[in-house]
Amino acid sequence: MSVADTTPEPTLVVQHVSKSFGSVTAVQDASLSAGAGEVTAIIGDNGAGKSTLIKCVSGVHRSDAGEVCLDGHPVGFASPEEGRARGIETVYQDLALVDDLAVWQNLFLNRERTRGAGPIRFLDRQGMQREAESMLQRLDVDVPSVRERVRRLSGGQRQAVAICRAAGWGSRLVIMDEPTAALGVRETARVEELIRRLRDDGLAVLVISHNFDQVLRLSDRVWIMRQGRVVDGFRTAETSAEELVAAVTGAQRAANQPRGRSQQP
Amino acid sequence: MAVDTSTPAPTEDERSAQVSIGTRLLQRPEIGALMGAVLVFAFFTLITDQFGSLAGAARWTDFAATLGIMAVAVSMLMIGGEFDLSAGVMVGSSGLVFGFLITELGLNAWLAIPVVLALAAVVGMANGLLVMRTGLPSFIVTLGTFFVLRGANAGVTLLLTGTVRVDGLPAADGFSSAEMVFASTFGAPYNFRVTVLWWILAAAVATWVLTRTRIGNWIYAVGGDANAARNVGVPVAATKIGLFMTTAMAGALVGIMTALRLGSVQANEGVGREFEFIIAAVVGGCLLTGGFGSAVGASIGALIMGMALAGIPFAGWDSNWRFLFLGVILLLAVLVNNAVRKRAEGARR
Repeated sequence: MSVADTTPEPTLVVQHVSKSFGSVTAVQDASLSAGAGEVTAIIGDNGAGKSTLIKCVSGVHRSDAGEVCLDGHPVGFASPEEGRARGIETVYQDLALVDDLAVWQNLFLNRERTRGAGPIRFLDRQGMQREAESMLQRLDVDVPSVRERVRRLSGGQRQAVAICRAAGWGSRLVIMDEPTAALGVRETARVEELIRRLRDDGLAVLVISHNFDQVLRLSDRVWIMRQGRVVDGFRTAETSAEELVAAVTGAQRAANQPRGRSQQP
Repeated sequence: MAVDTSTPAPTEDERSAQVSIGTRLLQRPEIGALMGAVLVFAFFTLITDQFGSLAGAARWTDFAATLGIMAVAVSMLMIGGEFDLSAGVMVGSSGLVFGFLITELGLNAWLAIPVVLALAAVVGMANGLLVMRTGLPSFIVTLGTFFVLRGANAGVTLLLTGTVRVDGLPAADGFSSAEMVFASTFGAPYNFRVTVLWWILAAAVATWVLTRTRIGNWIYAVGGDANAARNVGVPVAATKIGLFMTTAMAGALVGIMTALRLGSVQANEGVGREFEFIIAAVVGGCLLTGGFGSAVGASIGALIMGMALAGIPFAGWDSNWRFLFLGVILLLAVLVNNAVRKRAEGARR
């Protein structure tokens, strides 16, 4: 490992991960890391392998080669459930909320609390509603009511609920695939604010984004993917939109050849 | 159980209280059916003498009861986002198997009942596995099961008995005590069917499961958005397969009840009734797309249909009119449910 400039061990370390689908190589020898209390961005063109790579991290895909370490321990998730049990939560592009369930039901979906004795167990509806309220309040998420159906929330409110759910269960790493792709300017700002709060709470946040401005605004580090490889990495404070564009399109390679596949942003 | 009544105040802050009671009521799936039930009841009470009496009520609850048991199970399946077109013929298959077991094999009725339920569960599991493994619509898969069972019912009955019915059930061991439990009457001069109690029990259990258990939450989730449910780790396939099994077992229960009541089973028993179950569920507010509905709504839907099925002969009309009546009820209920739902959703935004 050559992440010399980060004193604490990063929460997530991905080393030499490859993943092919038949003859198509989606991710090839990709390495990156994401630290606690930081927003780490992955950018790259469509088809660069960003989504496949994060699915290898979350356990949706099994990588063909390489290693994923969480808090220094190698993990090989066979399913997203195992990843989740270890504290990796993913906010999916298609939101992953059930429209006809209430906010609190979505927050607690598959984590329902029950009370009762033996096999006779009842949902603790009031307890879950109270807890849902405090979850939302803690992250300053504004929804009309936790008993409101998700169908009647705005896109930003839904995204906020989805992020809140991902962050709310003792998570170590929250992965977001294009968290603001479908949102307007104001709602994007609110969701970015929420992401900063997760970072300030000490979570590692890994964000896929197409939006260079957003990456510069929001992230602490950026990894560049191109044609299935992680080709470069920067500290966001030390880079610029021009440099990122050049890295994503590959125009930089000729000018700045020795950088190659750096492991140290 | 300790019910905390001392601190209601803190939860009622602005986040909890903004949805008005009227809107909440209109969001209930069963509201359209409830209005329909009142109308149909008023209609037949006005144009016939007996309909509003207890004797009349015994008649229409009789029609509604077995239909209601099935509608409750089918509504859970539909909330879970799936169909079962084989639910009707399953009633016939189960009745026939029950009949064969206690007449041809001489099994005690009380032994035959769990065997029949288990076989039905296997058929339901086959339905569910096929749907989940192939990704085909349950409409097509269970249409296949429907014809397989229908053919088998007729073919096997003819092979074993040489006729199109199984007869002589009452001579079997345990028949009369089973009949007492599943097919007797109560409330003497009016003779309500005991199946009404089973129906109420089914509706109560289903409502408890749907609204107060984890599995209920999962059922709404897998029907509303199976991908979203899968993404948070809800066991989607197991939930849906369980629903298919429940529906098939409800069919078996009704098949056994019918066989015990009549003492014989026709080979074509139950064919075509699957649509009645689906109509009752839809009238009761279940969406064809899943994720929305209630067991109480489906029960009210079954009640409406029971009132229609009993009311038409009371009114002295030919019973063929019942189909027209059911069709009109279905269309009206769907229109009302749709309008009510849209209104409730548009109310806030």
